[in-house]
Amino acid sequence: MLTSYAGVGVIFLVGIIFPLILLGVSAILHSNHKKPTPTKLLTYECGLETEGDTWIQFKLSYFMYALVFVAFDVETIFLYPWAIKFQSLGLFAIVEMFIFITILLLGYWYAWKEGALEWI
Amino acid sequence: MQILINLANGIRSWLEGMGLSAASAEVIMSAVGALAVVIFILTHVIILILAERRVAAFIQIRKGPNRLGPLGIGQVIADVVKTLSKEDIIPAAADKFVFKIASTTLFATALLTFAVIPFSKGMVIQDLNIGIFYFIAMASTGTLSILMAGWASNNKYALIGGMRAVAQMISYEIPMVFSILGVVMLTGSLKMSDIVLAQKNMWFIVPQFIAFVVYYVAATAELNRAPFDLAEGEQELIAGYFIEYSGIRWALFMMAEYASMVAASAIATTLFLGGWLAPFGLDTIFGVTIPGFVWFMIKLYFMLFTFLWVRWTFPRLRVDHLMHFGWKFLIPVSLANILVTGIGIYVYQRIIS
Repeated sequence: MLTSYAGVGVIFLVGIIFPLILLGVSAILHSNHKKPTPTKLLTYECGLETEGDTWIQFKLSYFMYALVFVAFDVETIFLYPWAIKFQSLGLFAIVEMFIFITILLLGYWYAWKEGALEWI
Repeated sequence: MQILINLANGIRSWLEGMGLSAASAEVIMSAVGALAVVIFILTHVIILILAERRVAAFIQIRKGPNRLGPLGIGQVIADVVKTLSKEDIIPAAADKFVFKIASTTLFATALLTFAVIPFSKGMVIQDLNIGIFYFIAMASTGTLSILMAGWASNNKYALIGGMRAVAQMISYEIPMVFSILGVVMLTGSLKMSDIVLAQKNMWFIVPQFIAFVVYYVAATAELNRAPFDLAEGEQELIAGYFIEYSGIRWALFMMAEYASMVAASAIATTLFLGGWLAPFGLDTIFGVTIPGFVWFMIKLYFMLFTFLWVRWTFPRLRVDHLMHFGWKFLIPVSLANILVTGIGIYVYQRIIS
């Protein structure tokens, strides 16, 4: 089993090295270009120079979605082992499922009620 | 396509003959497979770039690129040469290190998803026993690279684009995971080859049609493609999170996007359309055995075409509509699908026994 993951690691390495090769080829091809002027390296906007800071505190509703997402994502991790063993467990699995999904729906209903799913 | 499998086995036995252990031969075979997949992705990116423009032109009743070579095939070469020889501009205000690695990591994660895709019987780089779960994990890691690109550009458009992309991708990931769950319940395994073989009698699109639709919509949103391309909407954000990228770094973003599109189509093919299996048991037509790879490619291209079709047919959604559709419609539907599937399997087992 571990060799399979070593194989996955090798794929990751290929995925890192291949773009580097492309970047190298591109660097050779455009090596005779002049160095970009400072004006060219300005932040791209509507033609005016950019005003104010970009790295600011961001809108709160993104954070609410992230919170609800974390709750749901943990649920899905638990649901997967259950789904694999579902056919061999019979009635027990059905009852389990109803309990589990009821808890999930309770949290979902609460998030909905509190307006976490609204885009403000 | 048996030739390719024989070739792989040949290289494997040659490596073992060289005195390498079976484990290290396996790892080297994985590298060979990864290179093959890189070539596969490049071919598909080239085909898809042309196909997208031709299909767009066809749907909108106008002419696409048709000047360079027959059917505009030369356009592809022109595009490649252009992006390769373009200047590499890194804005002075950007966070340079994160800016540089974002495009590379996005491509790497897109490539990693291909590790578990079974192109045909035995044609899979690593048939992991957690197959589909691995795919979900790797596909969602791409979100991080997109946020990195958006944040590091130090550009307001890029930041808004990156934030929107993250919000959208995490929202649509939940319905996607839930819709795949229905297939896992029917199969009882996460291994991709097991999932394909379980569809021998009936493709899962029949018992899991709702899951298929939910998966399709969620996958379109995960790929940031129209009608869900809010993260890169040309009219409002110009190009969203990769606005500051140019030349080959920009091309890496496009390659990653098309590679993820191929991966999402391949997963849809594997989970719902029977993977490499022939439809209706038509393994041989007029005495000719059609290899599984060909069937896989036919289904893959059908799925890819629908992605192009959808993109050029529907207008872009509004951001609040997008979030509401994900959270308030797709999640309840996919949860209900799990309940119905569970009860259905239980009742079916009762009837059988």
